[in-house]
Amino acid sequence: MSVLVYIEADGGAVKKSSLEAVAYGAEIAKGEGSTAIAIATGTVVEAELAKLGKFGASKVLHVSDERLNDGGIQATANVVFQAAEKESANTLVMARSSLVDAIASRVAIKLGASVVTNVVDLPDTSNGFVVKRGVYTGKAFANVSVPGAKKVITIAKNAISPVESGDFASVEAFSASLSDTDFAVKRTKVEKAEGDILLPEADKVVSGGRGLKGPENWGMIEELAKSLGAATACSKPVSDMEWRPHHEHVGQTGIKISPTLYIAVGISGAIQHLAGVNSSKVIVVINKDAEAPFFKAADYGIVGDAFEVVPKLTEAIKAVL
Amino acid sequence: MKILVCISHVPDTTTKIKFDGNKLDENGVQFIIGPYDDYALARAVEIQGEKGATVTVLNVGTASTEPTIRKALAIGADDAIRVDAEPTDAMFVAKQIVAVAKAENYDMILMGRESSDFNGGLVHGLVGEMMGWPSIAPCMKLELNGDSATMAREIEGGKEYLEVGLPFVAGVQEPIAEWKIPNMRGIMMARKKPLKVIPPVEVEGVTEYQSFSLPEGKSECKMIDPDNIGELVNLLKNEAKVL
Repeated sequence: MSVLVYIEADGGAVKKSSLEAVAYGAEIAKGEGSTAIAIATGTVVEAELAKLGKFGASKVLHVSDERLNDGGIQATANVVFQAAEKESANTLVMARSSLVDAIASRVAIKLGASVVTNVVDLPDTSNGFVVKRGVYTGKAFANVSVPGAKKVITIAKNAISPVESGDFASVEAFSASLSDTDFAVKRTKVEKAEGDILLPEADKVVSGGRGLKGPENWGMIEELAKSLGAATACSKPVSDMEWRPHHEHVGQTGIKISPTLYIAVGISGAIQHLAGVNSSKVIVVINKDAEAPFFKAADYGIVGDAFEVVPKLTEAIKAVL
Repeated sequence: MKILVCISHVPDTTTKIKFDGNKLDENGVQFIIGPYDDYALARAVEIQGEKGATVTVLNVGTASTEPTIRKALAIGADDAIRVDAEPTDAMFVAKQIVAVAKAENYDMILMGRESSDFNGGLVHGLVGEMMGWPSIAPCMKLELNGDSATMAREIEGGKEYLEVGLPFVAGVQEPIAEWKIPNMRGIMMARKKPLKVIPPVEVEGVTEYQSFSLPEGKSECKMIDPDNIGELVNLLKNEAKVL
């Protein structure tokens, strides 16, 4: 028996969310008296994998097959399944991402496991196995009882705070058997903003709305984000009008984020927007309309013209950071 | 070409969520086609116009979902199937879809990337794996070329372009198509379109929703004078401790 944790890398480095998954898996393993084993796919720096030991992994399996660098859904699901079988894993833990959201269900069917996604806290195992998960697009939580011997769990950001301690883990090469059908979906091209902070992983986010009047005015949003080490985001109308790329759209039908600091500039705060951001720890709203509904969901607010307030805020932040 | 579009029946996105004991308080709640599913339906209807496909909508739900299904027919689906059951969890719903799909020869199964009520995001992958088909999500662009398709899929920080042979399952999101609003002719025609009601297949070992809770409310928003920006930085640093 063991707990398997899927590790995702970005540009060869282990994603921060995967550290949370390891810490989460290690807690479950501790509760049931087993061990947490990590599985990573594609090209990942080996020292990063060994370091997973410090977050609770007793061993790290690595399938270095370069074909997996494409993040293929079918192929990755099959590798994770084979690792789970090899390690007799009863529980599989993964941190939510574009890829994990797509593979969790496929692995669950292969394993004959129950599957539950978007889990925000450690399970309650006092009577069965009950997890708390986000529902109604950030507007509520549900306690869900997960039956069966095998479980697949995907966790939301901040489901646990990983603490670095202990020793490095040994990294073992693992070779999964993959066939052409696993690679039936071909990646022909990828368009990715290199070097930017990935929005779902970002600890701080600065977001702009229609109040900015046009894409040419995003320079000040980027400047503010840069001063904070934050990622940039936008509201749905902004993405619909193609002022900003779709992968920056946060809200009900966009990305759901939970940074420690969310600064919204020129966004009125429609309920659909709040659904994507209301699990942020601290929300700052800058809007010239004192009646903007967003102020009701904010911790700090400034009623003022974004074109005056934002550059001043950037300067003030630069002065203290 | 045959397309199956799976739709959920969910509270309108502007709904203030409240619970009545262990259930959603449906008092005054408007129900709609799941917003992501609505994109899947819109793209399927476009393909129907471009290539002459048959579009079947499928919903797993009690009789209360029929107005939502009729709306999908009014938007342009040719016929509908309702699996007469409470959709208890993703595995339950996926197994109903697979039971329908295995009896037919669909070229693709489209649905939203997730339902906006339970946000599981699982059904496309569950169906894909059980059918032995590829599943792609979140799919934001879908073009057909003969017996294959090109897609754009959203990844962190960008998108990837994919090529996939038919059949497949896709869980979609914007900007794959524009939502379609039914016109009067569509609404009239929808009344006569076939809506078949079938019993569910049995599914064991589903997850069980025991209770619901609401997020903790925010305390009062602290307003800061725009001429005193330093105060905001000070509060973020020393009070909220996020800088």
